[in-house]
Amino acid sequence: MMTRKRGLAVIGIILFATFPLWMKYVRPDDARYWVDVINNVGLYAILALSLTVILCDAGMYNMGHAAFYAVGAYTGAILNTQLGVPILLALPVAGITAGIFSAIIARPVIHLRGDYLLIVTVGVGEILRIALINDVFGITGGPNGIFGIARPELFGFKIKRPDHFFYLIWGFAALTLFLFNRLKQSRFGRALDYLREDAVAAEGSGINTDRYRLLAFLLGATWAGMTGSLFAAKMTIISPESFSFWESVVIFMIVILGGSGNMAGVLLGTFIVIALPEVFRDFASARMLIFGLAMMVMMVFRTQGLLPPKPRKFILPKLAEEGD
Amino acid sequence: MAILELNGVTKTFGGLTAVGDVSFKVDEGSVVGLIGPNGAGKTTVFNLITGNYVPNAGSILFEGRELSGMATNKIVSSGIARTFQTIRLFQKMSVVENVLAGCHCRMKAGIFSAMLRTPSQRREELEALQLAMRELSFVGLAHQAENLAANLSYGNQRLLEIARALATGPKLLILDEPAGGMNPQETDQLVALIGRLKERGITVLLIEHDMSLVMRACEELVVLEYGIKIAEGKPDAVKADPRVIEAYLGTD
Repeated sequence: MMTRKRGLAVIGIILFATFPLWMKYVRPDDARYWVDVINNVGLYAILALSLTVILCDAGMYNMGHAAFYAVGAYTGAILNTQLGVPILLALPVAGITAGIFSAIIARPVIHLRGDYLLIVTVGVGEILRIALINDVFGITGGPNGIFGIARPELFGFKIKRPDHFFYLIWGFAALTLFLFNRLKQSRFGRALDYLREDAVAAEGSGINTDRYRLLAFLLGATWAGMTGSLFAAKMTIISPESFSFWESVVIFMIVILGGSGNMAGVLLGTFIVIALPEVFRDFASARMLIFGLAMMVMMVFRTQGLLPPKPRKFILPKLAEEGD
Repeated sequence: MAILELNGVTKTFGGLTAVGDVSFKVDEGSVVGLIGPNGAGKTTVFNLITGNYVPNAGSILFEGRELSGMATNKIVSSGIARTFQTIRLFQKMSVVENVLAGCHCRMKAGIFSAMLRTPSQRREELEALQLAMRELSFVGLAHQAENLAANLSYGNQRLLEIARALATGPKLLILDEPAGGMNPQETDQLVALIGRLKERGITVLLIEHDMSLVMRACEELVVLEYGIKIAEGKPDAVKADPRVIEAYLGTD
């Protein structure tokens, strides 16, 4: 039973990994378009995974995640266009910049309760977007944004076609899944769970809850920042409208819909929210209606999301004897 | 030698003095009971010691170091662990996961070593799990390790809180009504457990309403009424103190 499930998973992964190759034959006319849709799904999946750390693991309502995404995208774009830094080299710098930005924002508001924090993060997202439109430091290009971002290069190979980006983006998504899964099974992951469940008990058990709240923000924002750089590399042009409040809402929605804290659920949620509307393009005007209705039904009948998080498993060490 | 020393500790909430000028000492290796009628300020004293509240006046010394103003998690890692009057377990998590929360402050691994899963991180995880199982076994819950905390009986939930507190490696353990919700048999086992804590060299300070437990388990008592200390001493002496009798039973 278990091996059969694993076999199916392997087949699924192979099918997915070769998607750009077989799509050429399935849909010769618009294969590129569909690969690009899946690339978008990949970007949103990474964003949603990064928000999961803040929203589900640490339990902090953040509806301004697009702000960190924007800081990363702009940092990558500015480093690339002004200083000529290759975009993939700029990626970690963009991540760290977004992380530092989030830490500065979060430090004074980290102790706020759920809904209050949500309002603050919405505000931050808007302030940043308006700052970008107004070209605050004279480096963001105002409403037009930044264009002419160079294509990324990996070991001399120039990444430019959608199928190239497919492997770059989904490679990064796979790495994210791998690393975040390890984090979940660690002291750090547990600390976030404890502070979300009962901050007083967590603090009373010796966990520095303020520090871990901040670290969750830092990690989530760093990852969103790196994703921003990937986005800039893929689009070669970025502008403030790519980082609107709506983007934050979409990422938030993906995480809640998919299953708060379950990574497979987040992937499923991303496909539903990002890819399905493309499939149903014919009902363009009705799709948001259907979508909104689906969300409402979900929130009434399945509040934990499509795939709720699973409890952690431990391999318990055997003890010599049981005292009583 | 006193491991914990309260000097003139005062805490007010608005116009209400919850704790007024309370001083007492807890000797290292002893079992001390803090008793008093409901609303006497006992839990407030605990919250002051563990940093949940900051005193308005007075000092709280642990091994000679001032505690007031320190963050709760720092106080825990300096060697004071507590349980809560209203049980505060991580109900949706397994029993062993609850105890691992206590191990946290004795571990070091951060984000990077967890992502890289370094040998030292893996060793630390294994050691934490072993420690957690030892503490569970100490309180007699090892066989429940994989159950959800919420599914334990009330008495066992109290024991699990003690195991979680023990996992922090405390020198002083503060128990807030540990026998609350326990049947007489469980209370007997708790008295034995407190005895074994003492054997391990852990100092115990506890609040309890169950006088049979207090008289059997404690070597020293401190009595509070309306936030003021009205008596202290050996259990037998305290029991005979007219002010204590008055506080508990009232006068004509």
